[in-house]
Parts: sequence; structure tokens; C-alpha cells
Amino acid sequence: MNVPDISVYYFGAIALVLIGLYAVLVKKNVLKILIGLSIMETGVNLLLVSIGYVSGKSAPILSEGITASNAVDPIPQALVLTAIVIGVATTAMALSAAIILYEKYGTLNVEEIRRLRG
Amino acid sequence: MLKRALAIITLLIIGYWLAQGLAGVPFGEDKMVVGKYYLEHVKEDTGAVNAVTAIVVNYRGFDTLGEVTVLFIASTGVGALLWRKKKKRTAKTEGSLVLTTGVELLFPFVVLFGTYIFIHGHLTPGGGFPGGATIATAFLLLYMAFITYEIPHRAFEKTEGLAGIGYVLVGLIGLAIGGYFLYDWIWQTWGWGHDNIGRLFSGGFIPIIYTLIGIKVGTELSGIIDNMLKEGVSE
Repeated sequence: MNVPDISVYYFGAIALVLIGLYAVLVKKNVLKILIGLSIMETGVNLLLVSIGYVSGKSAPILSEGITASNAVDPIPQALVLTAIVIGVATTAMALSAAIILYEKYGTLNVEEIRRLRG
Repeated sequence: MLKRALAIITLLIIGYWLAQGLAGVPFGEDKMVVGKYYLEHVKEDTGAVNAVTAIVVNYRGFDTLGEVTVLFIASTGVGALLWRKKKKRTAKTEGSLVLTTGVELLFPFVVLFGTYIFIHGHLTPGGGFPGGATIATAFLLLYMAFITYEIPHRAFEKTEGLAGIGYVLVGLIGLAIGGYFLYDWIWQTWGWGHDNIGRLFSGGFIPIIYTLIGIKVGTELSGIIDNMLKEGVSE
């Protein structure tokens, strides 16, 4: 099993996704699980942006000497801009669900919430 | 303990898979296909120098209308989930002297900076969504500093609705003039700002739409903050 040769940006993105997934799998507090989901989302966004990067080129703002030939791919950045906003929206929804859970059960521990069902 | 060890083994396997998959994607190489077209034509097509905002608002404007709708549905959902007959602010500790004085001083400047971000969306990094979030931060600061503060609900709801209607109206005017929804009538038909690309008065309808989006996002996120910070009280 040889270690695949990948860029440090891809490695960082994968590491962020795995850290978030660890929190989702292991943690019991709903808020910590939501934080884990946010970290995963950051990892995916970093991966998208770094796939669009082109070595030695600049941000796709075509002023101050930057022309079409020395700018990076703008599409992943536009998509990530959308993804961040949708992420904020879903996080807000999930947090209000967590507020209701706490009001109903008096705890944010997923195991205790399960036991109180019925 | 066993659960944790199992989780770590699963994560390592998933990480190895991801790394194997990404090993075939070269980093830092030119992989542009459509991006090339956008970069080469963005100035004459849209008049904006920032290719990212040109794509978000002009080339994929319909997509952004959907994005704004998602944010609106989320804010409605938060309002519906946290709905109580009577809601009040129940915070008990007043903000410290540093916080209250700082907020009083900084509030106009934070709002000004948010406005700057969304007005210059076609020139600098940023745009309506970050600008709106900055404005909402200003209101969050007010909420944290003063325990009785509340946003003016009626005015905020009306502004939000008007901004949303404005976005659709700009698109419909494009439909009437140019033949398709969100046609850039200011740039293509009227030809405003053709000789000052790279300055504020250029970019067709991008600054207008981003101003509307900024106002809408700012009021919407302030509403979400308001919903989350207030608690239901029984009569």
C-alpha cells in the first residue's frame, strides 16, 4: 500500500473532510456534530477551489495587469460562492432544529434523545 | 473506545480512497474549458472586471435567483421552527462597557463596509452575499451589546420583500427588452459604462442586482439572528 502522491492542498482538503467526519461519527453532542458538518463543508470547498488553481496565475479579476492568460479558473470559485451560502442556510436550519431538541428533551446528547423517544 | 478505533480505521480507509482518486487530478495545471471562454469574453459581455461575480450574477444569474430563494426558504424555515405565540428577549447580562461603547462607535462603519463590499462586487472580491453577511454582523453586535434591542421587524420584512421583487423585476425587464429572463439590458441594449470598465459605473446590471441581494441577505440574516436569540414566553 503505497502513499499516493498528492498536492498539499488536496491533502489539507481530505484532512478537513476526515476531521469533520470523525466528529459526526464519534461525538454525541448535536452541536459538535453540526460543527463537524461545517468542517466537512469547508474541506469540500477547499478541494473545489484548489482544483481550479493554476500554478503561478492570479485571481480572476481582470484589472491591474491581469489578463485572461494569467488568471485562474473562475468557475470553481463561483460554485464555491454558491456552496458557502447554501451551507449557511442549512446550518441555520439545523441549529434551529437543535434549539427545538433542547427545549423538548433538555439535553443535546443524541443517545439520551433516542432513549426518550415514544 | 472500540467505537472510536473503528471510526478512525473507517476514516483512514476513506481518506486513502479519496487520496487515490485525487492522485489522478493534476494540481496547478490548466484544466479550463468553459472558464477560458468566460475569462476572454467577460469584459465585452458583461462589463465587469471580476470574472467570478460576472459568472455568478450575469452568466448564471438564474442560478443565483435560486440561491436567493434557498436562503429565503431557510429563513422562513427558521422562523417557522422557532415560532412561538409571544417571543421576548430574555438575555439577562448587559454587555460590558467596552462592548456597548465599541458597538455604538463601530455600527455605522460596519454597515458602511458591508455596503462598500456589495456595491463594488463587480470590481473587487466580494459581492452581495458577503456584504449582506457583514451588515447582519452589525445587527448581531447590537443584539449582543443591548439586552432589549430588537430590529424594526415591519420595515425589515418589507425591505426584504421589495429587494426580492426587485431582482425578479430586473430579470423581467430583460425578458421584455432582450427576449430572455435576466438579459443584461443596461449593458447590452443601453450600453451604459462602456468607456469606464474597471470603475464603479460599469458592469451592466451587476451592481444593481448585487445591491438588491446585499439588502435582502442582510435583512434576512438579521431576521434569523432575531429568531434565534428570542425565546418564547408564556403569558
